[in-house]
Amino acid sequence: MTTANTAMFQASRLNQRNEKVQVLYRILFGIMTLMLITPVLLILGTLVVKGGGVISWEFLFTPPTDGMRTGGVLPALIGTIWLVMTALLLSVPIGIFAAIYLSEYAGDNWFTRTINLAIINLAGVPSIVHALFGLGAFVLFFGFGTSILAASLTLAVMTMPVVIVATRESLQAVPQAFREACWNMGATRWQTIRRVVLPNSVTGILTGVILEVSRTAGETAPIMFTGAVFFTPFLPQSVFDQTMALSLHLFVAATQVPGIAEDVPYGIALVLIGLVLTMNSASIAFRMWLRGKKKW
Amino acid sequence: MVSQSTIERPAGVADAKTGRTEPRIKLAVKDLSIRYGKVVALHGVNLEIHEHEIFGIIGPANAGKTSFLKAINRMDVFTPGMRVSGDIDFNGRDTRRLNNVYALRSRIGVVFPLPVGLPMTVYDNVALSPRLRGIKSKAELDVIVQRCLTRAALWDEVKDRLNALGSLLSGGQQQRLTIARALSQEPDLLMLDEFSIAVDPVTTMRIEDVLKELRQEVTIILVTNLVQQARRLADRTAFFLDSECVEIGVTEDLFTGEVKDQRTRDYVEGRFG
Amino acid sequence: MAISTTASRATIAAVGGADSFDRRNADWYVDKAVQVLVFVCGISAIIFVLGIFVFVTKEGIGFVFQHLDFKEFFLTPYWFPSDADDPEYGILALMAGTASVTGLAMLVAIPFSLGAAIYIAEFATGKTREALKVLVELLAAIPSVVWGFIGLVIMNPLIIKWFDVPVGLCVLNAGIILGLMAAPIMTSIAEDALKAVPDRYREAAEAMGATRWQVTYKVVLPAAKNGLLGGVLLGVGRGFGETMAVLMATGHAVNIPDSIFDSVRALTATIAAELGETVVGGEHYQVLFTIGILLFLVTFIVNLSADLIVRGIRKG
Repeated sequence: MTTANTAMFQASRLNQRNEKVQVLYRILFGIMTLMLITPVLLILGTLVVKGGGVISWEFLFTPPTDGMRTGGVLPALIGTIWLVMTALLLSVPIGIFAAIYLSEYAGDNWFTRTINLAIINLAGVPSIVHALFGLGAFVLFFGFGTSILAASLTLAVMTMPVVIVATRESLQAVPQAFREACWNMGATRWQTIRRVVLPNSVTGILTGVILEVSRTAGETAPIMFTGAVFFTPFLPQSVFDQTMALSLHLFVAATQVPGIAEDVPYGIALVLIGLVLTMNSASIAFRMWLRGKKKW
Repeated sequence: MVSQSTIERPAGVADAKTGRTEPRIKLAVKDLSIRYGKVVALHGVNLEIHEHEIFGIIGPANAGKTSFLKAINRMDVFTPGMRVSGDIDFNGRDTRRLNNVYALRSRIGVVFPLPVGLPMTVYDNVALSPRLRGIKSKAELDVIVQRCLTRAALWDEVKDRLNALGSLLSGGQQQRLTIARALSQEPDLLMLDEFSIAVDPVTTMRIEDVLKELRQEVTIILVTNLVQQARRLADRTAFFLDSECVEIGVTEDLFTGEVKDQRTRDYVEGRFG
Repeated sequence: MAISTTASRATIAAVGGADSFDRRNADWYVDKAVQVLVFVCGISAIIFVLGIFVFVTKEGIGFVFQHLDFKEFFLTPYWFPSDADDPEYGILALMAGTASVTGLAMLVAIPFSLGAAIYIAEFATGKTREALKVLVELLAAIPSVVWGFIGLVIMNPLIIKWFDVPVGLCVLNAGIILGLMAAPIMTSIAEDALKAVPDRYREAAEAMGATRWQVTYKVVLPAAKNGLLGGVLLGVGRGFGETMAVLMATGHAVNIPDSIFDSVRALTATIAAELGETVVGGEHYQVLFTIGILLFLVTFIVNLSADLIVRGIRKG
């Protein structure tokens, strides 16, 4: 009796100690999480404070003046839109079809694993190597010259994994039973994909596309030698023109323009972050809204 | 005991009603074997299914019943690792050698154990097959949808919400929707795979009534885990066990003990399975 | 209704008779065409990776075969590519720059991202958890040129002030920037790896009276080991290949660092900074592509090992 009581008592003492350790670790990891996030938020705050003043419609819609020392970001903003749109036009269809292949056709074998490895590599190769590839392949070999087309092709190759991964995930979220029901009715694979699988994953695919916009808009290295220039007074007229871009413009304003008004680079950084984070938040919000909508 | 004459009666109910004429063969299966990799799912099956009969298949789980249906429908080409050998003739046409498996499947309606309402409206669920066949006219589709839903005993429940998602109906309604969808294929052959597994008893009885009526127009293969369901519905019944077809006979004979194999009697009487 | 039944039956007879089992209709051919199309797109990733290797090699291989002295290239720190008389191409200092920055970045990123991942996956619940995940995802989206800018205009004066050094663009600066950059990505991957451990493991351990931390330490972490290691490796690859941030935050001085306050220069940044000044096909140009080949091969191996390690758990 007594021994049993003592044992129970000890057990509960042990539990209490475990509880304390548990709380300690909880706090420790919580602090680590905060330490990861807080500096970034502080930094972003600083950017907003220092660059917020310069942001205005005029900043967005006028070209740089006085040798880029003052003025707005219009040509860079327009250039980024050109680059992103052209890149999407090239990578989204290929990316979606690639994901359809992986999700709907590919078997579980070494060949599929090779494709997956290639996708991981495409996303993991340094952006400057993508730049070298773009220069060697699109600018020189295919003869597009330094142009929006060459830069966008480089960006498209680099960011395609984003679309592929997002699309594949949303395709695979469609239960297999739906496909089998459709096949059993005599629908071909493609009819099944078009009428049942795609309609139920199109929103998920869109999430991936928005995410890719955000990724593409922020890239700098891949466009440095393929189509983006430090300064041009002209807005692009076709994909064979060179252009300015927001990301490169920030680099140039921060490092290559002596005597630049102090708040201008902050303003450029803020516009770029604003663009990227808005797109990213939209993608996340879209995904959450989607999760709330139950279709089966 | 059943009289001797019943046992001697040649296979095929049509004899009793139409005299000496042979029943038309809808499906002829010769020496069918199915493997998944090295695992044998079905071995050496020979049977014939007559036009306008309900052909029951009973047997415990993993006897190869579902694989049998998949082989008929040529789903083997979409199932990794599934190997089928032997002959399956459908309407006298060898289904193992044909160029367009989709055309074959479009003539065969399938109902699954778990109801599958596709994530589109009730209307679109039933209109899907006609649309795949190229029917675009709204008026024509309306008629088909109403007819199929009515025949599947679902029309009265969903006529006011044809735009609701088919995948969000109740289980029993989804199963009848699946039947309506199969009927919209205007099938030559209807295959039901343990349709009552996820359905309440009332709905089961309603579906059984639907099947009895459908017999006039379609040939039906009814795979079931409920031996009494086979007894209620099937004209003839096959007993599958351990990847083999143990016995084929007139349903009533199987239940009255007129069997060739002791295992059939044991299973029917509920001694295993 | 009867009339229409006959009509549909007629349609069936036209398109669905037994003869039609051999007739390949338009739908059949469309299906085949799509199958070919998606296959081509499916292998495009392989084609692109091969393309990257081929084109980067094509531009750089001339130097490798004609002038490359392995010993000088890898083992000397003398990088004077634009010396007109006797250019020298030793990348030892550049490798040291990349290694020191990446190493410091990992020192910063690995503990914090693992800690954050454990907190998010095992301790946080409900709304907190969702909010943290979104935040981490947004942090991962900040473009690298913005990070470089932060290193240049925010970190630089801070380091000068706090540590009383003449220049704040150094290993420390770039290491912290790169660490903050890589941490969200590593947190996401590590969190995925922890979440991939089946809940029944946790439940079984909790049923025996273990606390959350004991469950995490004794059950979840060992089970997620490979996934975590894979995540760390991908983070290393990311840091190693980062270009704009290290270009702007390291000080860009060819130098083998003695301390974390020394300026250095990274392999990637060298290409970004110098490629614009070179003549296409010239020796300097080819050397930069040779560095590109090196970068490609190293990241390829890192990604391959990460993949193999992560796949290891699925098998085991």
